[in-house]
Amino acid sequence: MADRRGSSEWLRRQDRSTQPARVAADPVLEVAGLTTRFDTLDGMVHAVNQVSFTVNKGEFLGVVGESGSGKSVTMMSILRLIPMPPGEIVAGEAIYDDRDLLKIEIDELRHIRGAKIGFIFQDPMTSLNPVLTVGFQIEESLKIHQQLPTEDRQARALELLELVGIPSPEQRLKSYPHELSGGMRQRVMIAVALACSPQILIADEPTTALDVTIQAQIIELVKDLREKFGTAVIWITHDLGVVAGLADRVVVMYGGQIVEEALVGELYASPQHPYTSGLLGSLPRLDQRGTELVTIKGQPPSLYQFPDSCSFAPRCPYAFERCHAERPPLLPISPTRKAACWWDVETGSPRDGV
Amino acid sequence: MADTHERAEEITQETLGDGGIAEVGEHRSLWGDVWRQFRRHKGAMAGLVVVTIIVLGAFVGPIFYPHDPFDIDVPNANQGPTLEHLMGTDTIGRDIMARVLVGGRISLAVGFTAALLGIFIGTGVGILAGFFRRLDALLMRLTDLFLALPVLPLLLVIILLFRDSLRERFGPELGIFLLVVFIIGITSWMQTARIVRGEVLAIKRQEFVLAAQSIGTRRRNIIMRHIFPNVLSPVMVSAALGVGIAIITESFLSFIGLGFPSDFPTWGRLLFDAVPFLEIAPMRVIWPGALISLTVISVNFIGDGLRDALDPRLRSG
Repeated sequence: MADRRGSSEWLRRQDRSTQPARVAADPVLEVAGLTTRFDTLDGMVHAVNQVSFTVNKGEFLGVVGESGSGKSVTMMSILRLIPMPPGEIVAGEAIYDDRDLLKIEIDELRHIRGAKIGFIFQDPMTSLNPVLTVGFQIEESLKIHQQLPTEDRQARALELLELVGIPSPEQRLKSYPHELSGGMRQRVMIAVALACSPQILIADEPTTALDVTIQAQIIELVKDLREKFGTAVIWITHDLGVVAGLADRVVVMYGGQIVEEALVGELYASPQHPYTSGLLGSLPRLDQRGTELVTIKGQPPSLYQFPDSCSFAPRCPYAFERCHAERPPLLPISPTRKAACWWDVETGSPRDGV
Repeated sequence: MADTHERAEEITQETLGDGGIAEVGEHRSLWGDVWRQFRRHKGAMAGLVVVTIIVLGAFVGPIFYPHDPFDIDVPNANQGPTLEHLMGTDTIGRDIMARVLVGGRISLAVGFTAALLGIFIGTGVGILAGFFRRLDALLMRLTDLFLALPVLPLLLVIILLFRDSLRERFGPELGIFLLVVFIIGITSWMQTARIVRGEVLAIKRQEFVLAAQSIGTRRRNIIMRHIFPNVLSPVMVSAALGVGIAIITESFLSFIGLGFPSDFPTWGRLLFDAVPFLEIAPMRVIWPGALISLTVISVNFIGDGLRDALDPRLRSG
């Protein structure tokens, strides 16, 4: 039982050293004007266009949008994890701890990856190295970022496995990934990402590849860990239901841009961007059985052209001349929210003064 | 009833074997699985047994075998197999079995070292070419260049150029050993390099490499810890095949009289020495020839078994 005691002590230490969750407006990561493109054989793909957002300490930020809207590329660009070439970060900054992650030396960035900012990938089946034991892969991060004696490191790996709720962790440390189920592997991935107690955890659709019950368990686990450690979480998903239950704030992406940013309650109560309304309208609802689902007509935008008009205009029921001529910037419309739209759904007329 | 139950248990045990469902607490390591799968490959197991016997015979055998390979006994020259001389004697009465056993040492040593060198170069070139885009074109053209070289004239030229200077520096035996190993090594790495490059190209795109990057792993360690172990299976297979090729190449070099001198018997050299007496003593050709073939076939079978055992899709059972 010595292990268990050790584990709870470690938790307490972490508690003291980190801020309590939900601290208002204390930015830990500030991204501004991030622009990433890929030079492919078919032409230039404008994957992320002038994306700006902030994450506050201990905050849970949901990032939603359909496939290809640039959610993952945005987050991977911040840690420069996109393959370069063909990828290229053309402009922007990502300020963490007074340093611009997009400009610092790769060696300096290496000390932030994993240690300060953890990353969980979408598919737990392919994110673990099949020929290395689970224990080795958890310890790897500790080896890189912390000078610990081997026994301490092993103890920590054990604590982490226990923390993410893996039964008989002593044996699992020696297991290979193929011996674990998908849910267990995702827990291992979370343990790897959390090994050095990072300040920010970026989760790239971590539950998409899992079945619904396991999804719920993983979500509960991340919620728990966040409360315990005060880690800020950026949760990328296309599941609006998950975001509603988890996030403090939500960012909606479309065509490589942020189209709306709001506190989670506000967003669901009164979406300000026609795309957000469309998304919420297309959700099946328990209280409206039998009615046909609303769809957003048309196709997602082609990313081969740099958007000089509103990317959503061709599909937008409210679009007028300005939408086809000028790209709306992401502008604050209240102290807590921003939207990139020329149309004001509140007044039912074009937005004034912008 | 108890009997039926026991029988059922037995049947379960038989069908599942020890490779069946792992019991709680029992741990199956990756290499344990590989060995379990390898054992199921009959040809590979037979090959392993034969190679073990040949290796033991070459390295331990001469200690127990009563005849010295260099003892000249002219009155008893050109004998067929007898109880005294199991494989007979040669034109000056030296015991052929003793010479075959000792000759195996050099042939096997050359085979394994040269294959190791070839694998080392091939894996290195393959990993660098696959991992670093910038080196890819350069290294692959180099590989093509080596593939395009006419190996036989090249071997002859290198041997004629360097044999004497190496002999002077390292002594006749070690000098020629190094030369032969070097020549075989640098003319046999290209296939491995190509295979490894292909594997690395596929593996470096996998998410676990990205995941390793995301925790701040150095590039060097990404190659050594994450990529190299994943290309180990094709590397081991080419290594096994490489041993066979190296043994044959060494025999061939000695057979055309360019390898080891006759005072250092190797299987190829023994063949070379025996050919003029093919009509008087045909068995002299057959013994070393059979051993070369047997070793190469066995090693290839081992490679075959390794390939099957290292492929996780075939190992699922």
